[in-house]
Amino acid sequence: MEVPILKQGDCLIATVQAALTDADLLHFRTALIQQVVRCRSRGVIVDLTSLDVMDSFASRTLREIAQMIRLRGAETVIVGIQPEVAFAMVQLGLKLEDVTTALDLEEGLAHLGKGSASSA
Amino acid sequence: MTPGASNPARVPVQEGSVGTAEYPRPGSVLLRELVAHLRENRTQLREEWARRITEAQLLTAMTKDEIFAEATSVYDNYVEALETGTFEALQAYARNLSERIIPRGVETHEVVGIVLLLRDVLARSLFAKYQADFTKLNRILDAYEPAANRIANTVAVGFVQERERIIREQQEAIRELSTPVLQVRERLLILPIIGVIDPQRARQLTEQLLRGIRTNRAKVVVIDITGVAAMDATVANHLVQTVEASRLLGATVIVTGLSPEIAQTIVNIGVDLGKMNTVGDLQGGIEQAERLLGYKVVPITEPS
Amino acid sequence: MKDVQVLEKEIHVGINSDQDIVAARQKGRALAIALGFSSGDATLIATAISELARNILTYAKCGEIQLTVLHNSTRPGIQLIAHDTGPGIPDITLALRDGFSTSGSLGLGLPGVKRLVDEFEIVSEVNHGTTVTAKKWKL
Repeated sequence: MEVPILKQGDCLIATVQAALTDADLLHFRTALIQQVVRCRSRGVIVDLTSLDVMDSFASRTLREIAQMIRLRGAETVIVGIQPEVAFAMVQLGLKLEDVTTALDLEEGLAHLGKGSASSA
Repeated sequence: MTPGASNPARVPVQEGSVGTAEYPRPGSVLLRELVAHLRENRTQLREEWARRITEAQLLTAMTKDEIFAEATSVYDNYVEALETGTFEALQAYARNLSERIIPRGVETHEVVGIVLLLRDVLARSLFAKYQADFTKLNRILDAYEPAANRIANTVAVGFVQERERIIREQQEAIRELSTPVLQVRERLLILPIIGVIDPQRARQLTEQLLRGIRTNRAKVVVIDITGVAAMDATVANHLVQTVEASRLLGATVIVTGLSPEIAQTIVNIGVDLGKMNTVGDLQGGIEQAERLLGYKVVPITEPS
Repeated sequence: MKDVQVLEKEIHVGINSDQDIVAARQKGRALAIALGFSSGDATLIATAISELARNILTYAKCGEIQLTVLHNSTRPGIQLIAHDTGPGIPDITLALRDGFSTSGSLGLGLPGVKRLVDEFEIVSEVNHGTTVTAKKWKL
């Protein structure tokens, strides 16, 4: 299952669905970095609104994605984590350290757009 | 909360394990005879039972008509359960009945009482019918007793389960009421925590806050723990988890009301307090929150 | 509450690939919802299954997740069994050591999984395999 990645200005928006296998996540990681390079994006939003379970592998992969994107000089914002998923994550001990998080797509774009026109 | 420990309050109960006699096969001759007898004498046995209920001063919360109406339903369900040997209909009826009568103030002992009275009334009628033939009476009772006991068990357990369900719902409602998440400014929530935090309350608190962050699109949350009764490592952990979960939803948390002792507890569990936003008191916390959100509070000066 | 008799009493999911991890946790979630667990609890259960299945795949290469419906007198529950005949865990005490503040690699993540469920038991023997039994009851 492929994760759709859209270009919005100089940012990329990746919308993750539920039921991503490990292989899907690794494929996503590769595809996203390629897109960042190709589009010379300065910001990436990973939208987890539809993600129903976050386990240790997904959490590790997302952190790696953010690290790799940072090495390309771009910033990653993870948005849309569901309240229940957030709760399960902290119980399990997954913190997504060093990763910027925001409530939703709007907030994520506002964060990336700081410095430009006024945010909502 | 000790992870992995069994909850000692849960005891598995096997339905129908009352009594040692084997449950008669549905359709056995004796059972059919028993059921026929109960159907033939339906009118007078119901009346006898209703009379005994009133005599024993049970179901005082209900009128005589209501008692008779319910008695009729219970009686018919009872006989059907005896006849078919299946208890689903009876269980469903017991839950339904409980749902209706619990709000009226009917208590467990009353429900157990009336079911036992019915068992007595029916047993007496069997004694009366078969008094001439002691052997036959014994065999009929062999068929009757395990069935009657199982039915009494089913109805009583159904009632108790319904009560427990209602109590759990009420507890949940109380927990929610006692943990208000307040929106004071746009994008700013305040959560004053007062009282004892047990694991269930901690969880409910966290879930409520996270939902509140989502609904109110809060960017800053001030959690005030001045009123928390006792802070130990477990509660401190819940607090830390709440802060972390809120961050995952993009909200910054400011913890206020931290005494030096609590600060020490948190440090002892290995949390770097430098990473947690803390302010001494609630007012200070709100002011910092407003600064984070870009508000500036300016006093209105009167023109002289 | 849906009629529990209609549900399968026991569900087995073989764990041989990463797709199986997803299948196992989806089945777990569906079972929890059908039994009337809250959505939040269903997520906890699905997460626990995901981690346990992942351990099987990582350390034993293959194994099985078993989901069973439990009944006690008042409310239903779910039992998860994660079983493999892999290398086993040499030091269970170490694996279970609870470090609330540990970050980074979670190793087996067992303390974390323990926090997600109500009852947790683990039996493991080097070169024989590991069986984790966890239970969660509906509130």
